[in-house]
Amino acid sequence: MNNSDVKILIVDDEQIVRESLTHWFEEDGYQVSSAADAFDVLKDLHPGKYDIMLVDIKMPKMSGLELLEKVKEIDPDCIVIIITAYASVPSAVQALKNGAFDYVTKPIDPDELSHLIKNAIKQKKLKEENVALKASIDEMFSFEGLIGESPEMKKVFELIKIVAPQDTTVMIRGESGTGKELIARAIHMNSPRRYYPIIPVNCGAFTETLLESELFGHEKGAFTGAQYRRKGKIEMANGGTLFLDEVGSVSQKMQVELLRVLETKQFTRVGGTEIVKVDFRLISATNENLERLVEEGKFREDLYYRLNVFTIYVPPLRERRSDIPVLANYFVQKFARQMNKPILKISDEAMEILLNHSWPGNVRELENAIERAMVVGKPPEIKPSDLPFHLEKVNSFESDSLEEVEKKHIQRVLSKYDWNISKAAQALNIDRVTLYNKIKKYGLQKN
Amino acid sequence: MDQAALILLNFNAVSLYDKITNNLKQHFNLNSRTIIPDIDLRKFYSEERDQYYSTKLIEYALLNYSEFKKILMITDFDLYVPVLTFVFGEAQLNGKAAIVSAHRLYPEFYGLPPNDELFISRLIKEINHELGHTYGLRHCFNFECVMHSSSNVDEIDIKSENFCNKCLEKLNLF
Ligand SMILES: [Zn+2]
Ligand SMILES: [Zn+2]
Repeated sequence: MNNSDVKILIVDDEQIVRESLTHWFEEDGYQVSSAADAFDVLKDLHPGKYDIMLVDIKMPKMSGLELLEKVKEIDPDCIVIIITAYASVPSAVQALKNGAFDYVTKPIDPDELSHLIKNAIKQKKLKEENVALKASIDEMFSFEGLIGESPEMKKVFELIKIVAPQDTTVMIRGESGTGKELIARAIHMNSPRRYYPIIPVNCGAFTETLLESELFGHEKGAFTGAQYRRKGKIEMANGGTLFLDEVGSVSQKMQVELLRVLETKQFTRVGGTEIVKVDFRLISATNENLERLVEEGKFREDLYYRLNVFTIYVPPLRERRSDIPVLANYFVQKFARQMNKPILKISDEAMEILLNHSWPGNVRELENAIERAMVVGKPPEIKPSDLPFHLEKVNSFESDSLEEVEKKHIQRVLSKYDWNISKAAQALNIDRVTLYNKIKKYGLQKN
Repeated sequence: MDQAALILLNFNAVSLYDKITNNLKQHFNLNSRTIIPDIDLRKFYSEERDQYYSTKLIEYALLNYSEFKKILMITDFDLYVPVLTFVFGEAQLNGKAAIVSAHRLYPEFYGLPPNDELFISRLIKEINHELGHTYGLRHCFNFECVMHSSSNVDEIDIKSENFCNKCLEKLNLF
């Protein structure tokens, strides 16, 4: 933290105090602003706006003590230093009890003031370091981001705890957006492999050839464009965990190669002959009906059993509605921190809408909805109109026919998945052919 | 060479004029004209505090000596701005005028025996520091640099009379 990063605010009704202190701190290179009364400060205060506030205790409209209280509510990390006359030292002591960092008496000793500011900055730095440290520890040993109090999620946490310390291969099943990768990370972080990396690979995001080189790496010149030898994800996961997401979309040829590497724990890079030995734990995830794929001959049965040793099923959000308020509030706090916004409450009406929504996109959809609401919403609370699907919801209660409602819903789900027919069909819980027919029937178009 | 007004307000260390004017030449390339103004200092005096209001003195100097490139006031009086118990000096950041008080630079102020050498070195440091501000320099992190901030006399003693290379570079841009 350089001086130029430190934001100081001087709050005093006396112009001369504001000017002299501003002058004083500007020479030291701090970012200085000033305000003549407390209301001015509170108008648009948000966490992180100021690092240090020097507040006169005696101001006409709202006293420094009151201001201190309100500042601490909005931004507990802001360091408040009280300026007081000798006569009102007892109230300054009260201010210390209410969370002020320290106080100085008017006229202020320049030496004392410099020391005070230096200490305040030191304290601020220390606190920031501690927060960073705590955040990294939390991430390691708790199920960061995996929130839920419903019996369904408690069962998931229980399973994570049971399976994490063992080296068992795990398969995580659930709709997209339910947080399967978070669960894989929680398992990894609570396993003896946590000091090694967890390497995620989204199998659905690559063509067969690219996935092969992504997983196994390649030697120089293995194919056009392979100018250097490159390590594959499997090699990178050595000692740690390999997380294969959307494993159901792996091609038949790749299924054979995956099976081989799981059985032998060794492989060769694309275009190479050297045998590479690896030791990793495999966690896979899918939102597809693997059993059906096996029946249809699209997924190898032997690989299916290899992957499906221990299964964790993550229920969709609509099946655990009691988690909606918990999650929604968690995201509100998270975005308040990220956006440097005062924490908004979710109004009762908005919460009602959240509770009644079907959440085809699950936790991810909820997170996006809250993010949007935090952007457009105004303090003190998130209102129904701040939610992205508010209008659609209201409409469906009006005199629209059932078909009209279905048409709108399909349209919305399609655009949500950017017209990815498979994903939309899955979210709608119908097959692709049915979805195509409905698109034709309603004359839906990508816009 | 630009000309500076060196205004003495009840400053009695006459034997030091040469050292001060030489310093202004050496560090700032300023020729100085010494002025002892005919001014009623009671207007700037606070009876309650028994100190002189430095900001008001700077305002006075700007009004009366605007023809000079820089205006440096030196006084034996103790200076204050209302917020602070005292100041060693004050300057207009990026401006024309600066004032330095010798009052708290004398070892005698702290109950120690007189020491002319120590006193003059402190005074030169404070002059360079405040004038530095008029050339747009802010406080410097380098504790040996004369632009390092000092709110007590020990901090003045630690730093040198000179500008560090970074500050010197900015000074030469003027
Ligand atoms: Zn200074
Ligand atoms: Zn410097």
